[in-house]
Amino acid sequence: MEIDPFIFRLSIFILSIFVGYYVVWSVTPSLHTPLMSVTNAISSVIIVGAIIASLAGTNLSVFNQSSIFGFLAIVLAAINIFGGFLVTQRMLAMYKKKKKDKK
Amino acid sequence: MISVNLLAIFYLISGILFILALRGLSSPETSRQGNLFGIIGMAIAITVTFLSIDNFSSGFLYVILFLLIGGSIGAFIAFKIPMTAMPELVAGFHSLVGLAAVFVAISAFISPEVFNLGSSGNIKLASLIEMSIGAAVGAITFSGSIIAFLKLRGLMSGSPITFPGQHILNLLILISIIILTYFLCLSQSPNFFWSLIAISFLVGFLLIIPIGGADMPVVISMLNSYSGWAAAGIGFTLENTALIITGALVGSSGAILSYIMCKGMNRSFFNVILGGFGGTDQTSSKTSKEQKPVKSGNADDAAFLMKNASSVIIVPGYGMAVAQAQHALREMVDSLKKNGVKVSYAIHPVAGRMPGHMNVLLAEANVPYDEVFELEEINNDFANCDVAYVIGANDVTNPVAKTDPQSPIYGMPVLDVEKSKSVLFVKRSLSPGYAGIDNDLFYRDNTLMLFADAKKMTEDIIKNL
Repeated sequence: MEIDPFIFRLSIFILSIFVGYYVVWSVTPSLHTPLMSVTNAISSVIIVGAIIASLAGTNLSVFNQSSIFGFLAIVLAAINIFGGFLVTQRMLAMYKKKKKDKK
Repeated sequence: MISVNLLAIFYLISGILFILALRGLSSPETSRQGNLFGIIGMAIAITVTFLSIDNFSSGFLYVILFLLIGGSIGAFIAFKIPMTAMPELVAGFHSLVGLAAVFVAISAFISPEVFNLGSSGNIKLASLIEMSIGAAVGAITFSGSIIAFLKLRGLMSGSPITFPGQHILNLLILISIIILTYFLCLSQSPNFFWSLIAISFLVGFLLIIPIGGADMPVVISMLNSYSGWAAAGIGFTLENTALIITGALVGSSGAILSYIMCKGMNRSFFNVILGGFGGTDQTSSKTSKEQKPVKSGNADDAAFLMKNASSVIIVPGYGMAVAQAQHALREMVDSLKKNGVKVSYAIHPVAGRMPGHMNVLLAEANVPYDEVFELEEINNDFANCDVAYVIGANDVTNPVAKTDPQSPIYGMPVLDVEKSKSVLFVKRSLSPGYAGIDNDLFYRDNTLMLFADAKKMTEDIIKNL
């Protein structure tokens, strides 16, 4: 009797929730806004699914019903990836300043 | 072309890098390195996906093209957006994740064979349930975030929109989502799939309209969480570890933030979600109160008080963000420091419109983060402080939360500003705050009201210092 692969994925999922729980509690409250923007960016890893979906077409017809949704999803996810990481970078750069030269 | 097993290992590595990205945020020093981990993780995930494709059809070029189009739009927004617009930007980004999840789910439903999920009309049951969940949660995230975006942007009134039977309607719709999913699994009919998505859009919309502006920190965190669960749902469908790990991380991150925000207001999550808080009917009963004496002052008085103080605590709130007063505030603090005054900042967890909103604005104005303190860290210092400068905050300073069990904000943790020797309260009028209740602080002997726009008043004080 083999274990259903779904159970493995479920295990990964549950364990990740626990990892997330402990990691996020250790995030300092002053960085809660960057936390939101970076989680935004990483959840756009959904682009992986979008890429596979967009290549559903053939060489003759790149755009079919299902690949069009894939392409749209690529655009949306890419906005988020670039926008999310860059805006986080921008915010975190502001936290860098001072500290040393003030005291 | 790389093997499926190798691919899975690379996705696992991206997942781990994403965990490290969040771990980095435990302190500002490690945060930038964390962000870099996140970027590397994303780059690995995208690259290996490309490598896993065996036939390089012309569609591949379009993938690159659309990736670049989206990327440039994202980069443009990231560089142009002012820091004060961060809450609506985050809400907007959430909506995109939600919509992307919906699109991927639709695509998987139309051509399941591309994802090895069976054939059209004969999709594996587990995959069908997973993609329904991904699509429904994604759609709720999308429409909910759009409403949150419109409210934060001021394109839609921030006051709660309620109507009779609202909760019953929401409940009925939620039940119908479950029924639709059941029939979808039974018949595999596209009609059920499309109705499921349409109804989920409606839920997101109905869920957010009754929630008022100052409850937005909870809403934004909640939508953050939803976008994670949507990604996880799609991750299960696509059997992709990176997506499952990320979805779980983001989902629990958003849930924790919602919890922290609710705790900051001493309200239950359901109380916030059911909405309608701070409606107009609560204010009407309070306005009939007799006129109480209020001491009001000008910039000159305020400057005098602060210049002669030995310690000042600044309490910023949403009003500071609206007036964009953070830079003026920093200048004022600089001149105070030159006069030998010790200055620190006190941030209430729910100050502003999103978690950490005030911290970002102060960081933007070059305020060193070691001068900025959370409520628990600084609350005892008010008793030893000479002047509390309240700029754009209201309910979070109201002593009534500690004294009056009848008050809607009773039990909410508040900043003990009234314990400082004198309180300077910058506000445009005596109008009540979001909770619709009078702030007892206005009428205290040690309070001096400064009736003006936050930025203008702060600038005037600088001139008088």
